Amino acid sequence: MSARYSVTTRTPASTGALIAALALVVLLALAPLYASRGLIQDLFFILTMLTLAQFWNLLAGYGGLVSVGQQAFVGIGAYALYGVVILGGVDPVPAILLGGVAALVLAIPTAFFAFRLQGAYFAIGTWVIAEIARLGVAQWRSVGGGTGTSLPRDALGDMMLVEGIAALFDVRASAARDILAYWLALALAAGTIAGIYALLRTRRGLALAAVRDNTEAARSVGVDAGRMKWLVFLTAAFGTGLAGGLIYLQKARISPDAAFSVTDWTAYVIFIVVIGCIGTIEGPIIGVLVFFLLQSLLADYGSWYLMLLGLIGIAVMLFAPRGLWGLISEKTGLQLFPIRRRLVGGVLTSKEG
Amino acid sequence: MIWVDTILQGVLLGGLYALFAAGLSLVFGIMRLVNLAHGDLIVFGAYLILVIVSALGLHPVVGALLAAPLMFCLGWVLQKAVLNRTLGDDILPPLLVTFGLSIAIQNGLLEGFSADSQRLSMGALETASVAVGPVSLGVLPLLTFGSAVAVIVALNQVMYRTAIGRAFRATSDDPVTASLMGIRPDRVFATATALAMLVVTVAALYLGTRANFDPAIGPARLIYAFEAVIIGGLGSLWGTLAGGIVIGVAQTVGAAINPEWQILAGHVAFLVVLLLRPRGLFPRGQ
Repeated sequence: MSARYSVTTRTPASTGALIAALALVVLLALAPLYASRGLIQDLFFILTMLTLAQFWNLLAGYGGLVSVGQQAFVGIGAYALYGVVILGGVDPVPAILLGGVAALVLAIPTAFFAFRLQGAYFAIGTWVIAEIARLGVAQWRSVGGGTGTSLPRDALGDMMLVEGIAALFDVRASAARDILAYWLALALAAGTIAGIYALLRTRRGLALAAVRDNTEAARSVGVDAGRMKWLVFLTAAFGTGLAGGLIYLQKARISPDAAFSVTDWTAYVIFIVVIGCIGTIEGPIIGVLVFFLLQSLLADYGSWYLMLLGLIGIAVMLFAPRGLWGLISEKTGLQLFPIRRRLVGGVLTSKEG
Repeated sequence: MIWVDTILQGVLLGGLYALFAAGLSLVFGIMRLVNLAHGDLIVFGAYLILVIVSALGLHPVVGALLAAPLMFCLGWVLQKAVLNRTLGDDILPPLLVTFGLSIAIQNGLLEGFSADSQRLSMGALETASVAVGPVSLGVLPLLTFGSAVAVIVALNQVMYRTAIGRAFRATSDDPVTASLMGIRPDRVFATATALAMLVVTVAALYLGTRANFDPAIGPARLIYAFEAVIIGGLGSLWGTLAGGIVIGVAQTVGAAINPEWQILAGHVAFLVVLLLRPRGLFPRGQ
């Protein structure tokens, strides 16, 4: 009898969303065939910000760890890439992985320190560590010290796959590099979303949600809250480091102030997550689209745009704390990446939808 | 002898950081509000003084006296209309709202005053110094330190000797019970932030006279201020002064070893204190 019952998270909407998501990834992967170079660069920006936002969301929305120091991992990932490319002559593409590893290595002492702190102290503590990383990197003369440096021209020229892409699409090497960076960004963003969704559907994901909602209650049913925090923090650091390496591979120029910018890599990322909806996978996707739309519409207004962005962030938090996706989801009950377990089958057939 | 001089300069610098931090400490201690716009509010105050000084041709101290009531009202309205809505167990709403405020203030100032650095001029006072034994101390740093001590004495008097101070402490301990006793927490919080903005005005005066300022320097001042508050311990104003001195001394000693290590040394001192004493040096209610 019991075999006729099953626990599932799938809904018709989520099956549709899965098919649509796969189709979208294919469509985006083929973008170099039909999109201009400018559009490819815009999409690269959207995808990398989306990756950063998904990892911050994993950290704050699911792990309850509100960090203001994620720029540490963007910066260290980027600088690790520049370090091994400039000093070690490594090809920039595999060097992205080393960026992730460097962020992971930095995350271990950071976590040892920051996990002793709670709430606001944790937020400020992570920020201070990011500042220390920035000031430390600014002392590193061989990658330009405080003024920064560029990726060497021959390292960029010899980058793997670039020649093949240039021949395939019949474009110049610089455009081919953008296409390669874009594909890597697409793979990273799609992999991030798939990975986080997969994680949330496992027992670990359930434990994570329990810890977020009530640490004490989660502990009382045997969840190792400390281990979940470590898992989330290290995963987010690794992913953020990968994104950092990739972002600065595409920019080809770096400085400590830019790579460790709290505004660019943490404040905007927090806005994206909160404007979308914190604690959901859909939220950052909506958020990054809104962020990009605002940026393109208001690009001519300079700092007024940033001022407006700050005010929009305030307004969303005050009047729609669940963000845009929260409003949609409440009205329609729609969930594209559902993680709620439901019992289906058996004598009492559950209502679908 | 050079070390005595370095450490004394560090102590005086700590006075400046304590001034940056005192308003933050008050607000953080009473309502656990992480105000990430605090540094930008100090910079905003400095620009407000600058506008008053250059429009009316006054001395910066008089300018600050005129700016103070405006900042007081701004603090009251800001807390009542915006920040009160973000208070609660979740630290994300205040964090995000004050982050938004920080970015809005920075870019608003950038539009209004450009990125050029500005300065409030104190005239001959800026370079005056007095000899204390073998070392010579600047008059302006001494005034800064004196102001920090005066501000902390005044805030402690308010906290422990007045009705509003009692309301601050009661609301800090338990807002629900306090409101049963006829206290309205939203007004108490608004008054606390307004008071903090008076301290911000004093901090802004010294920020503007001791060095150049531009719209982007707020966040760095915020970090020093937060470090001072956390080192000192939640809710202890004298602790905040001690925290400021720890950061100040660490920075001057670091700079004496290698000029590039100044800021780094301050941050490292913060981490070391926090590793040894996670609740700060003088936490209240132990």
